[in-house]
Amino acid sequence: MKKNIFLIVVLLGVACVLPFLVSNYRTFQLTLVLVYAIALLGLNILTGYSGQISLGHGAFYALGAYCAAILMDKAGLPYWATLPAAGAVCFVAGFLFGLPALRLEGLYLALATFALGVAMPQLLKYHHLEKWTGGVQGIVIPKPEAPFGLPLNADQWLYFFTLAVMLAMFLLGWNLLRGRVGRALTAIRDHAIAAEAMGVHNALYKSTAFGVSALYTGVAGALGAIAVQFVAPDSFNIFLSIVFLVGIVVGGLASISGALYGALFIQFVPNIADEISKAAPWAVFGIFMIGFVYLMPTGVAGAVRLLLARRKSP
Amino acid sequence: MRLHFFIGLLAASVALPALAQKKYDPGASDREIKIGNTNPYSGPASAYGTIGKSIAAYFKMVNDQGGINGRKVTFISYDDSYSPPKTVEMARKLVEQDEVLFVFQTLGTPSNTAIHQYMNMKKVPQMHVATGATKWNDPKGHPWTMGWQPSYQSEAKIYAAHLLKTKPNAKIAVLYQNDDYGKDYLKGLHDGLGDKKSMIVKEVSYEVSDPTVDSQIVQLQASGADVFFNITTPKFAAMAIRKAYDIGWKPTQYLNNVSIGVKSVLEPAGLEKSVGLITLGYLKEPNDKQFQNDPAIVKWREFMKKYYPDGSLIDNLNVYGYSVGETIAQVLRQCGDNLTRENVMRQAASMKSFRVDTLLPGVNIATSAQDFAPIEAGQLQRFDGKEWVRFGEVMGK
Repeated sequence: MKKNIFLIVVLLGVACVLPFLVSNYRTFQLTLVLVYAIALLGLNILTGYSGQISLGHGAFYALGAYCAAILMDKAGLPYWATLPAAGAVCFVAGFLFGLPALRLEGLYLALATFALGVAMPQLLKYHHLEKWTGGVQGIVIPKPEAPFGLPLNADQWLYFFTLAVMLAMFLLGWNLLRGRVGRALTAIRDHAIAAEAMGVHNALYKSTAFGVSALYTGVAGALGAIAVQFVAPDSFNIFLSIVFLVGIVVGGLASISGALYGALFIQFVPNIADEISKAAPWAVFGIFMIGFVYLMPTGVAGAVRLLLARRKSP
Repeated sequence: MRLHFFIGLLAASVALPALAQKKYDPGASDREIKIGNTNPYSGPASAYGTIGKSIAAYFKMVNDQGGINGRKVTFISYDDSYSPPKTVEMARKLVEQDEVLFVFQTLGTPSNTAIHQYMNMKKVPQMHVATGATKWNDPKGHPWTMGWQPSYQSEAKIYAAHLLKTKPNAKIAVLYQNDDYGKDYLKGLHDGLGDKKSMIVKEVSYEVSDPTVDSQIVQLQASGADVFFNITTPKFAAMAIRKAYDIGWKPTQYLNNVSIGVKSVLEPAGLEKSVGLITLGYLKEPNDKQFQNDPAIVKWREFMKKYYPDGSLIDNLNVYGYSVGETIAQVLRQCGDNLTRENVMRQAASMKSFRVDTLLPGVNIATSAQDFAPIEAGQLQRFDGKEWVRFGEVMGK
């Protein structure tokens, strides 16, 4: 335990120093990693812990992004105030979507969420919503500057802001998952009937898990929109949802740190793939994916755990 | 006296090279010009990726022939999967890490919108973007961004002008895609008709998600219109042409340039059903029989064989890539040794009727400080059941 805390503190130290060592562009990329990590943790709560597969989390990410963009663009809200709003909207949306999804198990749920992911970009183009969403043109939002005269540029400030939000969200997630709620979710995943027999309210837990998961992803979407300074329907196609699922599987299912590894994977591996081959970047990406899953069947988080355990045992 | 003259001459000869002093911004040097680009090599729009590849092949040819003013061109192109956030990331990489002189032919309306502010804030040229939206021609608001192909609006205006001349009492029916592209066209049509806007008797839209446009075509026929403006993307264009023919509606049909592919649109619609369609062309179609022995297309085919052997010889996107390559090479030649971002923009904005020979005869590249729309002309052509037959004058600027 002590060792773990020491490790986390060292990692935090590195995270705080990094933006001063690398270029603004890299800082921007790292910000995106943090954003994806929050989204992946959200998906992991749903898929990793409670065993409900979602192929449509890009839709909640989009919802959060649009909440932030519309509130900033139309209502003139400051960027930080949009995060709770995006989270709340996504929680409600996720909870409501979770209710009918209760009747759907496994693959059927995957299909239902897939439909949501596919439909989202078209819903965003819907012309009665165009007043707010800007239609296909999307919404351009300004970049936040560092407040209180801090000696940081816009990229560095956004990085630290995102880091703070991420830490808070991870801490909340950790608290939620290590206690009763986490055990109840895992029980539902492993054996729903047994869980019910033990007095777990399956329906409530499952739809709440959906809501919380959407909340995390929505907050990530809002942060992502602020970092990229632009939202448009084409930013949130079905590939985004699939990439999220890839992220949690590669990072490690039912693992909090896995979200971070997964985020690093989905941020950087496509770029590496593009540099290896212009002709077939997705094929190279696929090879990476197969390689990771084959070499680390429990995800990067599982492999790290195994490595630490082996070092301890002799 | 004589001595003075000599000293003067000497001074002048020293001063001359100083006048032609080399000036560089990041991305340019005595030996190299770095150009950045994003293209969808993967994802749903990856059919467009061939544009990036043909441009890369073009610069390979340029470098083999000695480069531009003695400098080699390094063309850095990244995959953005047609996803705007990825375009932002890649544009930042190009500007901040690779330090390119400018970005060129970034593809897609949403992708370019995403980096529009950024490029203008950074004062790095966003050159000859690969989209037909009208907003790229905004020298005052966005002096670092420039389009290339005819904008949707200017194309629609040409149709309107032709219609007013040939059929001033027409009743017009319009089918358009309900997004920024369709609306851009529609605005051009309205502007082109001016106070004759009442000629339009019916406007119907469709969503990209609609399975067919059958009911729209029936509605348009019922309006009694005798002219049909078909503002649709390839799949819907084919369906609209077929349906109109099948229900016996025989209006004069204008088809937008987006959907003029013989193989991709007219064949699926039925060649005999496509006879009489009118459209505007600006590029030479590599499939068109009339250009089989055209020197420019022959040269292009040789270029393809040598530098881009994997590329398709019937895909006109590869002609497009070659043509934009010719344009930017000319801009860089004009820049001479003054390779600053400001000068790149200034030279791109002072093209006086530059001729790219893969463009249709009479269609030239022309820009000025107030006009950031390089191509604004084209020639009308009518489909005769086999190929597009050009007629009339080159219209537009």
